[in-house]
Parts: sequence; C-alpha cells; structure tokens
Amino acid sequence: MPTLPRPKQFGLPLLVVLGVLGLVGWSGRPPKTLPLPEQPIADDSFATSLAAVDRALTDRWEREGLIPAQPADDLTVLRRLSLTLHGTVPSLETIRQFEADDQPHRIDRWTGRMLQDPRFGDYFAERFSRVLAGAENGQFVLFRRDRFNAWLSKQFLENRPWDEMTRELIAGRGLWTDTPATNFTTSAADEGNLDSNKLAGRTVRAFLGQRIDCAQCHNHPFAEWKQQQFEGLAACFSSAQVTVRGIQDNPNKKFEVEDRMTLAKREVSPAVPFAQEWWPAEGTSRERLAAWVTHPDNKRFERAIANRIWGLALGRPWISPVDDLPDPPETAEEQDVLDILGRDFREHGYDLHRLIRLVTASRTFRLSSSHPAWDEGEAGETLESNWAVFPLSRLRPEQMIGSMLQASAIKTTDQNSHLFLRIIRYARERDFVRDYGDLGDEELKERSGTVPQALLRMNGEFSKEMSELSPVSASGRIAVMAPTDEAAIEISFLTCLTRRPTAEERDHFLSQLAPLQGDARGPVIQDLYWTLFNAAEFCWLH
Amino acid sequence: MNLHRRHFLQLAAGLGLSFAVPGLGLRAAERRGAERQKSLITLWMAGGPSQLETWDPHPGTEIGGPTGAISTTLPGVQIADLYPRVAEQMAHLSLIRSLVSKEGDHERGTYMVKTGYRPDPTLIHPSLGAIAVHERPDDRIEIPQYVSLGNSEFPSRGGFLGDRFDPYRIAAAGQDAQNLKKSVDEERQQRRLANLDVVGKSFAQGRRRKVDATLHQHTIEAALRMMTSEQLDAFDLSAEPEAVKLAYGDSDFGRGCLVARRLVETGVRSVEVNLNGFDSHAENFLAHRNRAKDLDPALASLVQELVQRDLWQSTIVLVIGEFGRTPKINPLDGRDHWPTGFSCLVGGGGLKSGVLIGETDPTGQRKDPSDPIEVPALYATILQALGVDYAKELLTPVGRPMKLCAGNVIPRLAASG
Repeated sequence: MPTLPRPKQFGLPLLVVLGVLGLVGWSGRPPKTLPLPEQPIADDSFATSLAAVDRALTDRWEREGLIPAQPADDLTVLRRLSLTLHGTVPSLETIRQFEADDQPHRIDRWTGRMLQDPRFGDYFAERFSRVLAGAENGQFVLFRRDRFNAWLSKQFLENRPWDEMTRELIAGRGLWTDTPATNFTTSAADEGNLDSNKLAGRTVRAFLGQRIDCAQCHNHPFAEWKQQQFEGLAACFSSAQVTVRGIQDNPNKKFEVEDRMTLAKREVSPAVPFAQEWWPAEGTSRERLAAWVTHPDNKRFERAIANRIWGLALGRPWISPVDDLPDPPETAEEQDVLDILGRDFREHGYDLHRLIRLVTASRTFRLSSSHPAWDEGEAGETLESNWAVFPLSRLRPEQMIGSMLQASAIKTTDQNSHLFLRIIRYARERDFVRDYGDLGDEELKERSGTVPQALLRMNGEFSKEMSELSPVSASGRIAVMAPTDEAAIEISFLTCLTRRPTAEERDHFLSQLAPLQGDARGPVIQDLYWTLFNAAEFCWLH
Repeated sequence: MNLHRRHFLQLAAGLGLSFAVPGLGLRAAERRGAERQKSLITLWMAGGPSQLETWDPHPGTEIGGPTGAISTTLPGVQIADLYPRVAEQMAHLSLIRSLVSKEGDHERGTYMVKTGYRPDPTLIHPSLGAIAVHERPDDRIEIPQYVSLGNSEFPSRGGFLGDRFDPYRIAAAGQDAQNLKKSVDEERQQRRLANLDVVGKSFAQGRRRKVDATLHQHTIEAALRMMTSEQLDAFDLSAEPEAVKLAYGDSDFGRGCLVARRLVETGVRSVEVNLNGFDSHAENFLAHRNRAKDLDPALASLVQELVQRDLWQSTIVLVIGEFGRTPKINPLDGRDHWPTGFSCLVGGGGLKSGVLIGETDPTGQRKDPSDPIEVPALYATILQALGVDYAKELLTPVGRPMKLCAGNVIPRLAASG
C-alpha cells in the first residue's frame, strides 16, 4: 500500500481558499487570471452572420425532417472550446471560475478569453504547422519547425489577418531563422534544392482547399485540374532558391519538367490555372501567386479556411476531406454555411478570431452529442451528416496527452506551470504522440481507436505516472485533501470529464471508498483516475 | 451483455482458470508444411546496405574494395565473405541483384521499397506487411498480426487501410512487449474494468450506436484479450535453449529474428525485424563488417530453423533495404546512395529457390543492371505466394481506386502451382 506523503513535507506553500477548491488547490504563486471581456462581439453584423449560419442549419433540418439534439450544457461546451482552442480539457481551476461567473453571455465571453490565452496560439500553431510544412522534420539546417511554430503562434494570438499571413508564407524572403515564415518554403527543401511541386501542392491544399497534387503525374480524376495547370503553379516557386541570405528569388532561374512519356525536357513558365485577372503583372512569381491566392474574389481562399476552422472546432470539416472542396457555388441558392462564414471572414479583414467565434457560436457547436436516434435505427447517421447533433471524433494524440496532463494537475497547465509538469510534457509528448499514432499532416480524418492506443492508455508508463499518487498529481492530492468521499469523486469527474458524476456513478465509487480510511483510499482514487482516462468519454470530442 | 461475458472470460484466463476460455486455437502452431497459412518475415536493412558488401561482391575490381567473395550452396553464386553462415543457406534462397527504384532519399526510398509505390502527397500506401494482414486476417490470433521489432526511423504503415493495420512495434525484442502488462494486481484490474463499465454506461446513453462505431470498447476488449493470451509467449525467449539463442547471436537483431520465428510459428501473418546502420557514407567497409556480425548468424539461423521445423514452405523471408550504395568509393572510404542495381534475398513460402536474377557491371561504369527488376514486381510475386490477389483494386478513403500492387509477377520466382 503506497503511503501518501503530505504536501507539507515537500515544503510547498499551501494556498487555502474557501470551499472544496481550497482543499485541493495548491500553488506557488497567485493564479494568473485574464480579464473577462465585458461583452461578446457587439457589432450587429456578427449577429446577422450568426443568424444566417443558424438559419442555413435549421432550414436543412426542416427540409430533411430532422429534430436536432438538445442544447449541450455549458460545461460540455466549455470542454469543447478548451479542447478546440487549447488542446486540453479545462482545469478544475477554470471550471470553478467559469461556474462562479453568473453574468450574461458567459460562453461567448469565455471564448473570447480563451482566444487571448497563449495556449491558443501554441495549439493552433501545432495544428497548422502540420498542414503548412508537413509532418516530417526535413533538413534541420534549412527548416526550423521551432521557429516556424513560434511565429505561427504569435500570429494566431495577435490575430494577424489570414490573407497577410498567407502572403508572407507563400512569398516570404530571408533567413529561416530570422524570418520564420520562410520555413514554409524551406520545409520543402530536398538536398538543398526546393521542391517546387511539393510547394505548389501544399499551397493549393492549405490555402485553397484543393488537391491538385494528383495532377503532378496525371490529370485530376474529379475536378478540372490538368497537369499543365499544376506545372504552371509549380513554376511559380521555381525562382525561389536557398542562398546565404536565406530564401531569395532569382527571376532567371528556369523551371523545366521532364515529359513522362518522351523524357524530353521542356520549360514551363509561371501561370495560374484560372482567373488570370487576379494575377498581377508586378512582383516576383511567388508574390504574384500570393496575390492571386488571396484575391478577394477568390472564394476558394475563404471557403478553405472556413472549412478547416469548422473541422477543428467540430472534429469533422463541413466538407470532407478538408482539403478537397468542390468548386465554389455559382448561384446564391447553392451557397451554404461555408459561403456565409467565408463572406463574413472576408468582409471583416480575414479575422480568424471572429471566424472561430462564429463557428463556435453556431447552433451545431452548441448541440449535445447525444440524441435518442443514436440508440436505435439508422437515423443517427442522417442527423450527424446534417449537423443536427454534435459529431463524435477521436481526440488527437496531442489533445490526449494535453488532457491527461491537465486532468492530473487541477491547476491550469501553461507556461506558469510547475516545472515537473512542463518537463514531463516536453519529454513525453513526442513519444506519446508517436506511440499513440501520429496522424501526421492528415488532419481531420475520421478514425477509430486502435489496440496499441488502448494498451498505451491502460498500461503505458505515462498513464501510470499521470494517475499515480504523487504529491503533485491530482489523484494524490485529492486522496489526501478532499474533505469527503463525495468531494473526491466529484473533483475527479470534473478534472477528467468536465462534468459531475451521475447518481449511479457516485454511488458506485462511494461504495468503494466508504469502507476505507485515510491513506487506504489512495488506490481507489488512483483506480478511479485510471478509469476516467480510459473511458470513451475522455478519449473523444463530444 | 456479451462484452461483459467476454471480460470475465478473459479475467478468468488471467487468473489461470483456463477451462473458462473457449478453445482459442493454438492449432496454427501445430500445423506444418504446405497446409499452413503463409506468413511473411521482412528483415529490413535500414540505411541502404551496400550490394557489394552483401550479396553482389566484385572482388578484385576497382569498385569492389577490400571485400572478398565466398562460394555458397547455390552453385555459381558468390556472396561477400562477411557472410559465411548465410552462404551455407543460400540454396534455400533466391537472389535478385538488379533491383531498381527512382528514390535515392532515405525517407522516400523507404516508402518506395516498403509499399511498392512512390510517395504520393495525397495518400499513404500500406506497406507490404499491412496488405498481407488486411487480405489474409486470422481471427484465431489474439496478439497483433503485424509486428515490427527493433527501432525504425520510418515505420511501416497501414496507410489508407487504416491505423489498425499499422504494425505493433516493439523497440527491443526479447524484452517485455510494450504496455502489455497490467500495472496493478488482478483484484484492482477487475475493479478498474468494472468501473469502466459504469462510466461507459452513462456516456453510451443517447450515443450507443455511435460509441460502438468508435470501436473504443472493442479495442479495450482486444487489448485485454492480448494481455491475457497464451500466444504472448511468442514474444518471450526464456523458454528457448541457450544454444539456439546463441546461434542467432547476442544482439537485438538476433533476438528479433528468433522472436520472428516464434511469432510466425504462432500464426502471426507478418513480422518485420529492423537492422539499422547501413548508411555508410564514410567507413563503409567497417560499417558493413559490423552489420554482418549481427546479420550473418541471425539470418542463417532463421532460415535454418524454419527449414528444420518444416515452416519454410509457409514462411517467406525477404531481406531488403531502401536502396544500395554507389560502386564508386568516395574519399571518406564510404559509399553513397544508389537506387539502381541493388540486391535483395528472398525465399520460402513456396517461392522458387536457387534463382539468380540480374547482374551489375563489375566496372561500375554502367549504371543500369541487366535484367532490371522493379520493386512492385517483387511484391506482386510475394503477395501471390501469400495467396493475395495482388492486382485487386481497393477504394481509398477519397474514393480513388488503387491496386494493392502495381507490378506483375516475376514468373521465374513465382510459387509453382
């Protein structure tokens, strides 16, 4: 039977606050609290756009004769927001503050607050860096993912307009260490040369939501992309080269392709596949391409990011796969949610925070993931495909490890966190992500769980550490400090599942705790933690 | 509920109450000869082994370096003198000296040689081993049907077949398989699983069919099944006689090959064992001498044992890496990447033995080997021998039709009948 060291033996200052929190709260410094914005976005256009999104959704449900799920409760929405924006479940500290907030528009104000938190920048940087630079690490001399992620994080946190970011990514010049956006280009370096095909394919996928990489070898089977069009795009990147001053453009560099059949070489000039009128005459070929991609009339640009943000928030993009969208609709009748989101985004300066707030305020984001139709028959699928219920999706490995760390810590884990947790996060995250099954740059695909994942959660070293009874772990502190068995169970549920136990669950665990006293309760709490980490509810976005 | 019953059966098994468990068919282990289902063992030579220091030496030439050649049990075929024990087993194997690929980068080359396809930014192809498991599953096997032993920089993937077809990876063979041991005693494990049922029930309300589709419970069941399976013994070398372990060599790779033999004996469809360290841009000859110390005893013992145990007809062994190395020796006494005219050994599983294909230029002037063989052709041949319809088209998740393998069988090598 492990003995639980008392926190005082570790000389840790104990901050006693009123209520249950006080008994489990522990900190070396006062909690850092961001100011709460007084109001949600006040301007009428936001409400108009939101109403248009919701109308598009409700019209669709009516048309299909569907009764949507009930609204989700606020804690469930808080969990979704926290996983979507910070990649972790909310801390107990956050939950307590959130529940203490009795002012109107609570969720909307908390969304705003989460967008101001550096963890938002870091987590979104992680997600976007896969899309923009692939999952492989490439040549470290030329590609610095750390710099790239730090730069992305700053842009997301400061809410840099997406069109500006895009132009800097596509056309940036300079050293990859000094001008981190150029890592978009150097990530495609292959033995010192830049792979124009890779850059063209990535640009179109990441920014326009189209897959034309297939056209690299043959004409795209579905869309109108032709091999020739792909070559023109690839040629836009051919002037870029690696120099001692970093990425620079050499207009004299030619782009040659080898014909697959005849093996003859022919020169290809930079060109865009459609809408030549957006293609400026001035600038380097990369600058011209960037201007074309971000041209206000290029509906693909806004639809692509709207689809991606929808996917990041709801776990499933509006249209799957996230980067293979059909051509934008030509008539107003055919327009859908992506067009509404896209227009609002463009008309408000390509404001990502606003887009995220719009998506997370939509009816679907606020619906429950449970619906009686899921218990029998086939109606569940129809409801889900029409967004009449919040879809279930597997947490990414980064979200899993982030949530396990957060759930084992009670206080918010961020850069102010205890060193112990930061070290674990640093040392363990990569291994865990690898073992859990890195999704690489294949974002937002529907996946089921795997056996090695179950084994890793059930028996892995990391889960063991996280549910262990140590003086800094939540399970350890709860075991020692929770005033009553009920409180211990409730806190465990809140920290792991962001909800309180049902009566049945409470009684089940009470029956295990009741006969035990003091330290003997430790293993029961530890097993409770193990259970919660391994529950489907913990491992899925819902 | 069925799942609960299953739990208890497995728990019962864990407690040693094996009578409670229905016959889980270790029969696969008992079958021998041609009636067995076929398995594949891939020995992956990571980094790109030099053909000249392995199976295609050119002693006494400018490109040959100091490496000598020895005769083998395959008449007329010599291999590098670093491999005396493999030389004794060569009659069971066939040798291709003219593999060609277009990928000279480690990551791309590995992808090409593991999958038979060039890297494609729009999808990930499954590796050969994953295809074998996908097409020839065996539900009597409670442990993973695709196992990768030893560290690998670019691991094999299930690709568009799904994560379920990723290999189960074990860093060092012969040690405890990763995460397979429960971390608490049986009583607590039972309490944990009972807890899980309680918490799972709340979540399933109004989500039952959806939660079923996540396979969450299924994967936990499968994990528990594996944790309590007698077949796990295949990973454990303690029952192997010292002499056998010694014969494979005291190395992770040697132990990996021995575990591989035990795994296919148990009925595991597909195993790969990784040997790293062939990327010899400098000190090529020293590096290859050191690799041979691990590879020679392990490979020779593996072939020998599979033959002796009458598993050779049902087990294909493939020894291959992402490419070969340049005939030209660079100023650092190294060899660089060479994706044309590199070698592999293949045999067993009913494939023809004693076949030699291809020839490289002893002067190193001519880049292309005679009788070039592309990787997809080799894989079509292997898949056919495994009983897989290699030309079958599957739809990828985006609805693109994709053949399992884009090559055609090499008749000289193909299993007869």
